[in-house]
Amino acid sequence: MAKIPTPEELSNISFQPPAKGWMDTKPEFKEGCYCNAASPKWLEWLDYPYPRNWSVRDEDWKLPANWKEILLEGFDERLGRFRTLKLFMDICVRCGACADKCQFFIGSGDPKNMPVLRAELMRSIYRRYFTTAGKVLGKLAGARPLTEDVIKEWYYYLYQCSECRRCSVFCPYGIDMADLTILGRELLSSIGLNIEWTMASVGSCYETVGHIGATPQAYKDMIDFFAEENERVTGVYTNVTYNRKGAEILFIVPSGDYFADPGTFNYMGYLLLFEYLGLDYTISTYAAEGGNFGYFMSHEMGKRLNAKFYEEAKRLGVKWILGGECGHMWRVCNQYMSTWNGPADFLEEPVSPITGTKFENAKNHKMVHISEFTADLIKHGKLKLDPSRNAHIKLTYHDSCNPSRAMGLFEEPRYIIRNVVPEGNFIEMPSNTIREKTFCCGSGSGFNGDEYLEMRFRGGFPRANAVRYVRDKYGVNHLACICAIDRAVFPPLLDYWVPGMDVIGVSEMVGNALVFPNEIERTTDLRDRPLVGCEEAEEEEGGEIE
Amino acid sequence: MNLIDFLREHEAAIVQRWCDLIFGTYAPETVQFLKKVKNRFDNPVAYQTNEGVKGLYKALIYDMETEQLSNYLDEVIRIRAIQDFSPAQAVAFIFLIKNVVREQLREHFKGEVRIDQFSQELFDFDCRIDGLALLGFNVYMNRREKLHKIRLEEVKNKVSGLLRRTGMSIDYH
Ligand code: SF4
Ligand code: SF4
Repeated sequence: MAKIPTPEELSNISFQPPAKGWMDTKPEFKEGCYCNAASPKWLEWLDYPYPRNWSVRDEDWKLPANWKEILLEGFDERLGRFRTLKLFMDICVRCGACADKCQFFIGSGDPKNMPVLRAELMRSIYRRYFTTAGKVLGKLAGARPLTEDVIKEWYYYLYQCSECRRCSVFCPYGIDMADLTILGRELLSSIGLNIEWTMASVGSCYETVGHIGATPQAYKDMIDFFAEENERVTGVYTNVTYNRKGAEILFIVPSGDYFADPGTFNYMGYLLLFEYLGLDYTISTYAAEGGNFGYFMSHEMGKRLNAKFYEEAKRLGVKWILGGECGHMWRVCNQYMSTWNGPADFLEEPVSPITGTKFENAKNHKMVHISEFTADLIKHGKLKLDPSRNAHIKLTYHDSCNPSRAMGLFEEPRYIIRNVVPEGNFIEMPSNTIREKTFCCGSGSGFNGDEYLEMRFRGGFPRANAVRYVRDKYGVNHLACICAIDRAVFPPLLDYWVPGMDVIGVSEMVGNALVFPNEIERTTDLRDRPLVGCEEAEEEEGGEIE
Repeated sequence: MNLIDFLREHEAAIVQRWCDLIFGTYAPETVQFLKKVKNRFDNPVAYQTNEGVKGLYKALIYDMETEQLSNYLDEVIRIRAIQDFSPAQAVAFIFLIKNVVREQLREHFKGEVRIDQFSQELFDFDCRIDGLALLGFNVYMNRREKLHKIRLEEVKNKVSGLLRRTGMSIDYH
């Protein structure tokens, strides 16, 4: 008789190799669980090494002949340059505090996604080539030789770390896996291993306006469209200037906010706010991408793309920079920009022209977050707001990894939210899932390609699980956030885990609530959804309701 | 005593064992985590699996609607459908309840009563589990189809603002 496995046998085939003996197990690249290899075109555009056609599923990754040398030299060089790398390689005491804190471990159940083991993938190489014990004792000292299989493992697991830094919050030594992932990915890139989603975005951003490769004309056309849409909904046309020299403020947002819903509604919110204030600002069609996917492949590429910010600020002669709702843009601007491309001594310490508040926290890099700017306006009573226009929105707030863990931006968005929605409409998720302990959306750091959906849904499960709790318990129907990647990836993630949730930016709700002296009667929000109490009027007019 | 009374009386122990076996389909380090960490937000896989299995078992022993059964199955399968399992491995856990029940019977009666005594009822129970497993395949397929749809939607949504601007819409379905 044919041998058929019993359900018990089938079930006991452990789907992931145990951590014990992890050195000897190879990753299996299954559909939905790896990022596609970057096509050579982008590498050529960017002058990045070893452009070639290769595929993750192939046995042969066509590495350059001297790949090992390149990688070890690169490792050595970085050990000298980055004290964090050296430190993080040496000081982990394997206490395990970080082990179950990574959403990719929690959601996938794969032990190699425990941060301590993810780091070990690199540490084992460090020990073998850069420590005496490892050179002599080899495996006994946790060392192993560098082989192509090790490289494949790095590729697999370093692209299962979204560089969110959650683990570092729990590590008594502050070991930050995100830092290691960044350097590990750099090393992979040095031998021509890059992922398509990131490379395509970087290549496009390098050559054109931003990640999706639009022209300046298309960008302008979109913003003009928002101005018209604003006029249609609110009766207020929102004037915009482009590349205007002598403006006080340069405004930069991630491209997600002008090409993809629901970010586009957020952009409408920004424009309404600025129109309301009569702000002296301009938008650049050159520094038109707040996001920086370069940062997801190497420091060098991050720096190259980020250079546009200060270059343009200088060219236009603005005083300071205001930034929209983006996640990693803020990590880059807050922690890297002034050392990468500064000093920005041609700019002034940002001061709100409306309230006179000095943003001392931005003294160095000269860039203010839209939530800081807006919260300050509300605090000084400069905005007339009608929260009832957001009464249909019962929301919870997701702390995006970067603004929270790389910037400490916890209160400002919450303060804004409390002022633009009716009391009782804002419900927090449980404390172990928000603020500095927030769970990642599972799609940060270049994971938002559609080929990676299964993995993203694993990593995003802990977040979705907390969202589900507030939906079921309190009837929450919106998830608010201040990150463009969030706005792009949460709709599919929540559709799978918590259907019926909408995703919304904080500035969109500000736009809904702002009361203009010359506005028309508002019956819908910026998305054309009827306001509470206006449902019937919409229906009679044969509005959008189906 | 008939089987159904036994199943109702031993609900907690059976559910626990069934869950433990499901957790056993993960790597050893993960099993420890799944069993140990009780906070539902720190350990959503264990929590949701547990809730699903609890509901499923209740549905089995108290005759609930097929739809409810499917919902509980979905709690567990929704997770496994996107993890590293083959389709068979994703739904095989359903069958494990058969052995769990026999194990519990054996343990409880310790030879005093022969399990044969329940053979007809056990046979009926097994048939229901087989039916449940078939439902499980449906649930699994629905989840994979959902994933597929989401993937298509996502491609479109990447430039949804642009499409709205031009008055274009793309229907991939
Ligand atoms: S940085 Fe985030 S994704 Fe990376 S290992 Fe730590 S917790 Fe996991
Ligand atoms: S918490 Fe820190 S010291 Fe402890 S195992 Fe993790 S990285 Fe190492």
